[in-house]
Amino acid sequence: MVKDKVFVITGTRKGIGKSLSEYYLDKGNIVIGCSRGEGSINHKNYTHYTLDVSDEKAVVNMIRDVRKKFGRIDILLNNAGIASMNHIITTPYKTVDNIFKTNFYGTFLFTREVAKVMMKHKKGRIVNFATVATPLRLEGEAIYASSKAAIENFTEIMARELADFGITVNAVGPTPVPTDLIKNVPEEKINALLERQAIRRFGTFEDVVNVIDFFIDDKSDFITGQIVYLGGVVK
Amino acid sequence: MESIKNIIIESLKELNEELNIKELENPDENTKIYGEGGLLDSLALVTFITDLEEKIEDELGYRITLVNERAMSRFRSPFKDVKTLSLYIQELIKEENKDG
Repeated sequence: MVKDKVFVITGTRKGIGKSLSEYYLDKGNIVIGCSRGEGSINHKNYTHYTLDVSDEKAVVNMIRDVRKKFGRIDILLNNAGIASMNHIITTPYKTVDNIFKTNFYGTFLFTREVAKVMMKHKKGRIVNFATVATPLRLEGEAIYASSKAAIENFTEIMARELADFGITVNAVGPTPVPTDLIKNVPEEKINALLERQAIRRFGTFEDVVNVIDFFIDDKSDFITGQIVYLGGVVK
Repeated sequence: MESIKNIIIESLKELNEELNIKELENPDENTKIYGEGGLLDSLALVTFITDLEEKIEDELGYRITLVNERAMSRFRSPFKDVKTLSLYIQELIKEENKDG
C-alpha cells in the first residue's frame, strides 16, 4: 500500500483527479494538486495551486515551491485533461490549441519540472493519462485522441530518458468513465464506443486507480514505458 | 558574478564525485563544460542543470530556468565553459528581475 508519499496530481478540482487526491489522502499521503479554479478539497495534507497547467512560469513556480516545502516528490499523476467532440471540418483552431495546451503541454511541463526534483533522489513514478479513443480511432475525437497519442509517445520516450534516474513513466488509458469530461458526448456515441471494448461497460474510478496503484508500487521499478488500456482495448 | 561562478564550480565538483574526471577536480572559469571539448555528456549535463537551478534558488533566491529557446538556438552554447555560463546566468537573473 502506498503511504507517506508526496504526490503531485494535476486537475484536482473535480472528476478523477479529485477522487484520486481523496483516495491517496485517505491512505496517509501528502497531495499537492492544481486546477484552473479554486481547490475543492479540504484536508490537512492537501495543498492547492490555482494555475493553468500550460503556463510555464506558474508550473515552474509551483514545483519549486513544492520542492522547498516538502523536499521531494515521489509520484506525479498527470491527470489534467480536456476533451472536445467535433468533426474535423467544424473544429475551430482555438479548440485544438486549448486541447493540446492542457493535455500535452501540461503533461510535458509537469513531467519536466517534477523529474528535476525526482532525479535528485534517483527515484520517482510518473503516470500519464491516455485514452482508448487513440487506439480505437474514434470519429469525432480526432483532436482529443491525437493529443493523447502524443502523450503515449511522450510516455514511451520519457521512460527511456528518465530510466537512468530511477524514474518510471507509464500511462493508463481509461475507457469512458462517467465524469464531466464526457457529459456532452451523445449517448449513442458512447454506446458505440463501449461496443468496441472487449468488456462492454463504463469504466469506474476503481478500474483507473487499480492500474495507477500497480504503476506506482515500489515493486514496479521494472515497469516503465507501458500504456495500459482498460476494458480489453488493444493498440 | 563571483557568487554565480562559485556556484557553478561547486556544482561541477559535486557532480564529479560521481563522474571522477580528473579535469573536473579543480574547475576554474576556463573549464569546458559541454559541447566541443566539454567534460560532461548529455546525461551529466541534465543532472548539472537541475542542480544548478536548485542552488541558484536556494543560495541566491532567483528562480530561473536555464534551458530556454534562446539558449538552445545560440551560436555559442551557454554551457560551453564556466565563464560563458556565469555570464548567461547573470543575464537570466537580470531578465527575471525585470519581469518580477
